Amino acid sequence: MAVPEQQMQQEPVVVADGLTIHFDLRGGDTVKAVDGVSFQIRPGETFGIIGESGSGKTTVGRALVGLLKPTGGRILYAGQDVSALSSSQYRQLRRNYQIIFQDPHAALNPRMTILQSVQEPMEIMRDGNPASRRQTARDALERAGLPPEIGARYPHELSGGQKQRVNIARALTVNPRFIVCDEVVAALDVSVRGAILNLFADLQKEFGLTYAFITHDISVVAHISNRVGVMYLGRLMELGPTGPVTEQPLHPYTRALLSAEPLPLPSEMRDQARRIRLTGEIPSPVSPPSGCRFRTRCPSAQAVCAEHVPEWRELRPDHWVACHFSTEEGPPDAS
Amino acid sequence: MALRDTVDEAALGGSLTGQAGGSPTVKPDAAEALLSVEDLSIGFRGRDGDTSVTRKVSFFVRPGERVGVVGESGCGKTVTGLSLLRLLPERTARIDGRILFDGRDLSTLPMREMRKIRGRDISMIFQEPMSALDPVFTIGQQLSETLLAHFDMSRKEARERSIQALTEVGIPLPERRYDEYPHQFSGGMRQRVMIAMALICKPRLIVADEPTTALDVTVQAQIIDLLCQLSDDTGTALLFITHDLGVVAETCSRMLTMYAGEVVEDAAVDEALRRPGHPYTSGLLRSLPRLSERGERLPSIPGRVPSPNAMPEGCRFRDRCPYARPGCEDYQPMVTDRRGRHVRCWRVDELALPGAVD
Ligand SMILES: Nc1ncnc2c1ncn2[C@@H]1O[C@H](COP(=O)(O)OP(=O)(O)OP(=O)(O)O)[C@@H](O)[C@H]1O
Ligand SMILES: Nc1ncnc2c1ncn2[C@@H]1O[C@H](COP(=O)(O)OP(=O)(O)OP(=O)(O)O)[C@@H](O)[C@H]1O
Ligand code: SF4
Ligand code: SF4
Ligand SMILES: [Mg+2]
Ligand SMILES: [Mg+2]
Repeated sequence: MAVPEQQMQQEPVVVADGLTIHFDLRGGDTVKAVDGVSFQIRPGETFGIIGESGSGKTTVGRALVGLLKPTGGRILYAGQDVSALSSSQYRQLRRNYQIIFQDPHAALNPRMTILQSVQEPMEIMRDGNPASRRQTARDALERAGLPPEIGARYPHELSGGQKQRVNIARALTVNPRFIVCDEVVAALDVSVRGAILNLFADLQKEFGLTYAFITHDISVVAHISNRVGVMYLGRLMELGPTGPVTEQPLHPYTRALLSAEPLPLPSEMRDQARRIRLTGEIPSPVSPPSGCRFRTRCPSAQAVCAEHVPEWRELRPDHWVACHFSTEEGPPDAS
Repeated sequence: MALRDTVDEAALGGSLTGQAGGSPTVKPDAAEALLSVEDLSIGFRGRDGDTSVTRKVSFFVRPGERVGVVGESGCGKTVTGLSLLRLLPERTARIDGRILFDGRDLSTLPMREMRKIRGRDISMIFQEPMSALDPVFTIGQQLSETLLAHFDMSRKEARERSIQALTEVGIPLPERRYDEYPHQFSGGMRQRVMIAMALICKPRLIVADEPTTALDVTVQAQIIDLLCQLSDDTGTALLFITHDLGVVAETCSRMLTMYAGEVVEDAAVDEALRRPGHPYTSGLLRSLPRLSERGERLPSIPGRVPSPNAMPEGCRFRDRCPYARPGCEDYQPMVTDRRGRHVRCWRVDELALPGAVD
């Protein structure tokens, strides 16, 4: 999915500028869920966000659609800082930014029919009249690849894949420009994932949608994204075009993440030697390590990594990394 | 020798599996099996009558062998695993068939005998370790109790063996962690404790049900390495239930593919990945995004699994199978094809299906 040249120069759809989101816990501790993350999402692209559990992906996604208020930094929508908008301006803007969550069951009210659920966002936005809302909902269901009779059913009568299609239909009814897709295929069987991912691609083409695609599944992100950001403990470790990031990564963490993925290949085709085994687990975001956050698990860590936060450097065109020792060639050798 | 006799009896009676093209589907090496499951059908009694969940599931596991079980959500993997240890609810579960472990039929064993086998000869690792660990006892108490239940040893010895087990699964400061409670462990650490608990009596078989699904890939890689290494060292066989074909490829030598309550393919992992024999196995492999070029359309299997109360008579994959023909509406027994693959599809010899390698 190449992004056309002229779109690349357009204003970003959404910008995270030094985004920081902290949660205060009852005991007085603070979870530094997102801690200074900056990126721009370009019109018409699919921006992948990968990282392990607790790295802050969902928190970033929620902030991008205005469900969480930044503790620090800013979110800019089409160049505008939302804190400068009136509430009605904000509401009009917000509808362009939608989110679809991982669990296809949770988002649907079990006591509402599917058609009622799909109309709900339009009712909240006070769009059109009951008849036009029903028609829009029916069209959206059809566009999401569901037969019309599904509208009269209840969530428990649908498969996981069908429910996820309903959630997609719901998001489409308000004509968004940008959708955050948070682990949208994780709960689905492998055999139906492809169809849902194809649907996302079709809708993108048809409506010129922009996506932030959050997942911990590298093969999914590698397939559908134009660019990928790799998160670890609330920060971006690497950001760049999908091919280079997933094939010649610059950061030691990305390299380890890629090599840990189990490959469904016959034994002679798996290159065991390239394996990098990380020890330990992700530290707590309440007290992240000083300097480079990856240093407690990094096979290349040196003394300086504990003292200084690595700079965010553009080592290849459009390809950024936060590691003291990475070069254009790649990450430092694992010792 | 008892096992030899029972297997032959079953084969002669023709009840084990069906036959096609005159090729016997009873594997000649079933006699050396540690575990031999024969025609295991599981159902549940409910308010609106009985629901059948698995139908005539047959497979075997050799001593020290690692066998993967894959398949769509709800196809009966967990239920089959639980039934081996008789952990299904006694009041509602209906179990038919035989579960021969070391020649003894576990399905008819008195509960008292079964308890001796659980944890001692066969143990289980669950997806969510919190459900198997008791929150009110320390990790050490739980490990020691498992040992004391099966062996005649002192508390002191049990403590030493437990600490050693924690060391073996890579828990730092095992003496200190021995006295801690499950909630003081991270997800990955708890899974290590589960493995320590499963291995502590040196069982001959471990049933591991999605043991790494809830973990991050970097931690999953550690746990997989650990399980394989311990199984190599102790000769413990592994029945590895997972929906992740990558995990199966990295851990197992043989793979059972289940669909809608039946085993549809039983083959060496490398063979199944390269040349799957059943259209469902092939469809599953082709659905993996890594096999398609970036941005290309992804293949998938259309439709959905039939619901248990609306199972088609013949091949259960028929509605979704691109190779369906007249003849597929007949009951499909397991057949052995020319290459020696065991597949529940009468067309296996004429189809050359794509796998995970182009
Ligand atoms: N409302 C909240 N209050 C306190 N802590 C929170 C809250 N929401 C998230 N966190 C914490 O912030 C961190 C980042 O969480 P987040 O859900 O963004 O991670 P994630 O990358 O989406 O992980 P996963 O892959 O498990 O979904 C975690 O440590 C989480 O526990
Ligand atoms: N105790 C029970 N009572 C009634 N039905 C049950 C019970 N346990 C499981 N089932 C049903 O049996 C079927 C098989 O379930 P099972 O948990 O074995 O699937 P699975 O293959 O492990 O799926 P998954 O990949 O989602 O874990 C399902 O339809 C399930 O609803
Ligand atoms: S800065 Fe140091 S610890 Fe961080 S990734 Fe680079 S080498 Fe590793
Ligand atoms: S028996 Fe027929 S429908 Fe079933 S898998 Fe084989 S070809 Fe497909
Ligand atoms: Mg999340
Ligand atoms: Mg299961």
